[in-house]
Amino acid sequence: MIFLAATAALIAAMALALARAFAGPTVYDRILAVNHIGTQTVLLIAVFGFITERPDFLDISLLYALINFIATIAVLRYVKRDPANVKKQS
Amino acid sequence: MLHTFGLFAVLFGTWILLSGHFTPFLMIAGAICVAFTVYVTFRMDLLDHQRDYIGPVWRLPVYWLWLAGQILVWSIIISSKVLAPRLNIDPAFERVPCTQKSDLWRVLYANSITLTPGTLSTNLRNGDLEVHALTQSAMSDLKTGKLDQRVTVAEGGKPTTGEKL
Amino acid sequence: MILDILSWIAIAIGAFFVIVGGLGIWRMPDLFSRMHPAGIIDTTGAGFILLGLLLQSSDWLVSVKLALIFIFLIFTSPVATHALAHAALLDGLKPWTRGRDKMDDKDGQT
Repeated sequence: MIFLAATAALIAAMALALARAFAGPTVYDRILAVNHIGTQTVLLIAVFGFITERPDFLDISLLYALINFIATIAVLRYVKRDPANVKKQS
Repeated sequence: MLHTFGLFAVLFGTWILLSGHFTPFLMIAGAICVAFTVYVTFRMDLLDHQRDYIGPVWRLPVYWLWLAGQILVWSIIISSKVLAPRLNIDPAFERVPCTQKSDLWRVLYANSITLTPGTLSTNLRNGDLEVHALTQSAMSDLKTGKLDQRVTVAEGGKPTTGEKL
Repeated sequence: MILDILSWIAIAIGAFFVIVGGLGIWRMPDLFSRMHPAGIIDTTGAGFILLGLLLQSSDWLVSVKLALIFIFLIFTSPVATHALAHAALLDGLKPWTRGRDKMDDKDGQT
């Protein structure tokens, strides 16, 4: 029961972050939103593993936590100093 | 050499903890994988250099507990800021000095600042940090140097102000 | 039974902080002020939810994995946030302030 409430809260927060990822004026807002959607996904997978009583999901969650970090850094490397991004802020 | 064996032990321990099976096949496969990883790290010349002095490690858990308390307090404060009907924020963006000696502990200090909701370190240059704070009170709280002194003491240095910790 | 109730309370607190973080990401006016509520998700929200799950777990292996998830999150999130803020600053984004900042540039946000 409490797991379902936690799932609902996580999905609501993911929806808010997703809205920011669509709306966010700069590319960095989008990266921030996607990074935190990833964090919430990690929590969601862990909670889901407890709902279905299959602790194997925790391994996926662990992996997702690491990949999420690497993905954020990789995307930042990719967009850094891209002149196309600077113009959009004005 | 000590570093090599330390890396091997940590990686193999992680393998065992994450697998949870103790059959001989999995143990041998793990040992091979870990040995290969250590070999690649060795080839990349990342091993056995002079390390930063880590300092008295037993002070770290005390510091972490204190930091957890700070994080909780500031989480509640920032939550009240977010939930307020009219957005009442006043960001500040300033330089803050740091008194740690080694780079490792400066990084730890910067990460502690970022972990605490309300303050965010954006740049770490020679002797000081650029910090963005959500409210003026968060910035002035950081500028009292409590966090800085805690990290310096955990490093093993002397506190520079007479403030009681 | 007491453990169950404790874990429910912890998960409820964690869910509350996660929602607050999501609201903060949506409400705050500029990138740098958005990062502060986002940090709440990574530290307090994730910490309390994982603590609640930890109290429910019966297997020690599950507990170790939950602790490892928490450790990875707590080590990687400030690094990612720092890198993001640093890249945004290098790219020329100025933090929005109320106009009495002590840095030399006072352009403010758009």
